[in-house]
Amino acid sequence: MPKDHGIGASSKRREDVRFLTGTGNYTDDINARGQAYVHFLRSDVAHGRITNIDTAAASEMPGVVRIFTGADFEGIGSIPCGWQVTDRFGEVMHEPPHPVLAQGKVRHVGDPIAAIVADSLAEARDAAEAIELDIEELPAVVNMKDALKDGAPKVHDDLPGNLCYDWGFVEENREAVDKAIKEAAHVTTLELVNNRLVANPMEPRVALGEYNRANDESTLYTTSQNPHVIRLLMGAFVLGIPEHKLRVVAPDVGGGFGTKIFHYAEEAFCTFAARQLARPVKWTSTRSEAFMSDAHGRDHVTKIELALDKDNNFVALRTDTLANMGAYLSTFAPSVPTWLHGTLMAGNYKTPLIYVNVRAVFTNTVPVDAYRGAGRPEATYQLERVVDKAARELGVDPIALRRQNFITEFPYQTPVAVEYDTGDYPATMDKLEEIADIAGFAARRKESEAKGRLRGLGVNCYIEACGIAPSNLVGQLGARAGLYESATVRVNATGSISVMTGSHSHGQGHETAFPQVVAEMLGIPEDQIDIVHGDTARTPMGMGTYGSRSLAVGGSAMVRATEKVINKAKKIASHLMEASEADIELKDGQFTVAGTDKSVAWGDVTLAAYVPHNYPLEDIEPGLEETAFYDPSNFTYPSGAYACEVELDPETGRVTIERFSAADDFGNVINPMIVSGQVHGGIAQGVGQALMEGCVYDENGQLLSASYMDYAMPRADDVPFYSVDHSCVTPCTHNPLGVKGCGEAGAIGSPPAVINAVVDAMQSGGHDVTHIDMPASPSRVWAAMNG
Amino acid sequence: MKLSDSRDIAAPPEVVWAALLDAEVLKECVPGCQEMTGSPEEGFEAVVVQKVGPVKATFKGQVTMSEMNEPTSLTLSGEGKGGAAGFAKGGANVTLTPSDVGTTLSYDVEAKVGGKLAQLGSRIIDGFAKKMADQFFTRFQEVVEGADKAGEDDAEDSGESAAAGEKKGWFKRFVS
Repeated sequence: MPKDHGIGASSKRREDVRFLTGTGNYTDDINARGQAYVHFLRSDVAHGRITNIDTAAASEMPGVVRIFTGADFEGIGSIPCGWQVTDRFGEVMHEPPHPVLAQGKVRHVGDPIAAIVADSLAEARDAAEAIELDIEELPAVVNMKDALKDGAPKVHDDLPGNLCYDWGFVEENREAVDKAIKEAAHVTTLELVNNRLVANPMEPRVALGEYNRANDESTLYTTSQNPHVIRLLMGAFVLGIPEHKLRVVAPDVGGGFGTKIFHYAEEAFCTFAARQLARPVKWTSTRSEAFMSDAHGRDHVTKIELALDKDNNFVALRTDTLANMGAYLSTFAPSVPTWLHGTLMAGNYKTPLIYVNVRAVFTNTVPVDAYRGAGRPEATYQLERVVDKAARELGVDPIALRRQNFITEFPYQTPVAVEYDTGDYPATMDKLEEIADIAGFAARRKESEAKGRLRGLGVNCYIEACGIAPSNLVGQLGARAGLYESATVRVNATGSISVMTGSHSHGQGHETAFPQVVAEMLGIPEDQIDIVHGDTARTPMGMGTYGSRSLAVGGSAMVRATEKVINKAKKIASHLMEASEADIELKDGQFTVAGTDKSVAWGDVTLAAYVPHNYPLEDIEPGLEETAFYDPSNFTYPSGAYACEVELDPETGRVTIERFSAADDFGNVINPMIVSGQVHGGIAQGVGQALMEGCVYDENGQLLSASYMDYAMPRADDVPFYSVDHSCVTPCTHNPLGVKGCGEAGAIGSPPAVINAVVDAMQSGGHDVTHIDMPASPSRVWAAMNG
Repeated sequence: MKLSDSRDIAAPPEVVWAALLDAEVLKECVPGCQEMTGSPEEGFEAVVVQKVGPVKATFKGQVTMSEMNEPTSLTLSGEGKGGAAGFAKGGANVTLTPSDVGTTLSYDVEAKVGGKLAQLGSRIIDGFAKKMADQFFTRFQEVVEGADKAGEDDAEDSGESAAAGEKKGWFKRFVS
């Protein structure tokens, strides 16, 4: 009998009531009295020098409040980068300034040049057309290989070139890896592209800045996954506003996928302008603007080599990657191709020697940063593709080759710095073979072939690192922040509870899942507990939601705070029942004295805490509210095995996904329904990357795929009914809930499964195709088979 | 985006040449042209209203002529700014060769678009540019052939229809 409440129950998502009935409160739903609107004049060339900008005539246009340009931001801070990577020679990365509005040069299509604040948005847009702007167009660099050539146009004139850093990991392994590959019985080599993606959350970015002259306080409402991080970055580094005078609110947020982690120029602008004008200033991104101003994802070009001995054991792995940074360093951009990517290259396998080389490159494109999975999808894709190619070259079963090389003993220290605490890779593979009915594939292939279709099966594994992360470790790796999480559990007088969490929910279902944990611990109904998040004025300093960290880190903080509450409540209960504190037990919302029939209810104890007439005031304070900060001791390592079956129409090259199965080990699961939903969404995004999505620039740096006419998002009829399972559980060993995180797994594990399946389908048709780059669109597939 | 084509025009190269350099003719032939002023030496200023896929805009631009080898070849280059719609710029090498019917006009066009035009219209821009070029040269042919005929008529018969008057204007300047 499945549980109907608490940990392990599929409680219905309470937030969906407002999301599905149009009563959510998104940033654009918030309007301040007398607000003005800002429209950004953006560059329509990829690279150029601003030779003249004259706003005089535009400033006289009806409704214009003020027009700002880069000159207004001289002396104001640069948009900061939150992670400093040290290269393989011990030098720190190149870190060019990132002005709020362009100063002197524009560096990508969409780079904001001027901000027109007006009484209405239409007036702001009209005035933008009246700005006299002359830009001397400069040659642009788009392709990363070209950008690294001698004499290539420089994105940043003051840097030696377009190389941000040349990172080697683990540098000490370099020679040993080279030697092992040279001497190996077999080496499989694969060159591939991890295609540039645009996150496309349903809600575009919005910012509303307010300024209160009475108390010199600024408030920013913004579409963020981490309001405290924005407050710190924007307050301390850009605008110089101390925390106690700056409040950042991220209310309901309609999807983030990473792209709403970062601090953006537009939100700094609205906060700045509201202070300058003493008037609220609002910006709402259009979808077109989102395509050219939201940080993009992925965009790696990689060569990977896997060396095997004569018995098909993996002996060494070497990768060489170019990672696109775009024109400026977005908040966490440098960490994505390095520490979030290189450390995962062992995958699920006991490859003893690994060397990862990543060169990060500036180009005249939109900045690239974390997108669902952030570095781990790139690692998983190349590794699982090269393992699959090796199996095909060697004529062995891809599943058997994987099983043969699985890590089976834990904890396992990888050659790429991280230590996996727990996992059971054969178990998830067994489960996958069962739910995907791998045994029945041959018959299904025959059926497809009878219809004139090719059918392919792709299988892969994944491991990822979630719950970022131990602060002292990431500090050594270059993070300019700690990565703990916080929670305050405020018990009210009549026993209901508000949990203030530093995590942020933008679709993950925290408002449902977090109360399940507290309800389980206290034995009270879930509906007695509410979650408060997304407001720096209401929550303790926390680092927000990304990297599948909320439950593993934020949930752990909440557990610690709840434990403190229970300890204090037991003291109160022991006083009320005149018993020894050591004998007090809490079960089903009742405090009892062990071995007696004495009991007091949860509500009696909470009331006593706030109406302390009969209370041990000499020993403990009144009130029942506790805060905890939790800093994890390690990453968590969710893992799993995925299978995709495709049908391919050889006449058109069109690929359809017929079956998709996912067997994941997320450790303990709080709400199985929410976990399944997270996996479903992740797979949809992974399928989108594999078959449909691709952000395209032309050779001049013009963004060609900037609407849904040209950027293909997956729709409901592009994905099948999934078969997902998370019954394989090896609990995380180092957090109190034993949870690992599930938010990104689907997007990490699915692209290689799809491409492995497409290659399998093509080969089954007698086509000598060993690889196809994503997105495997019909034209690409057809060309690969007929080229 | 590159485009090459040629067409035969029933007029001698000198007539075609003169027409190519005439602001009035260009205004008549450029699809969507609202204004066209200037001269071959100074360059032309144009205002063109066009709709590319979902993007409709007024483009203001300059056209300059260079490498002029009368009456055999010239290079046109121009840039039009469409405000929020982005920009279009490009060049055309035009050669005039005497032929049986009069003149073979050949052109190689190279065009670039940027901003919203590229973002929303990239898939349709090639077809759009070809359509624009076709329309331009079709009208140009009509104007030149009509004018050339009008010119001959004029030489033979001073009686003139009002409709041909405008076309005759530039031709008269050419022959005078």
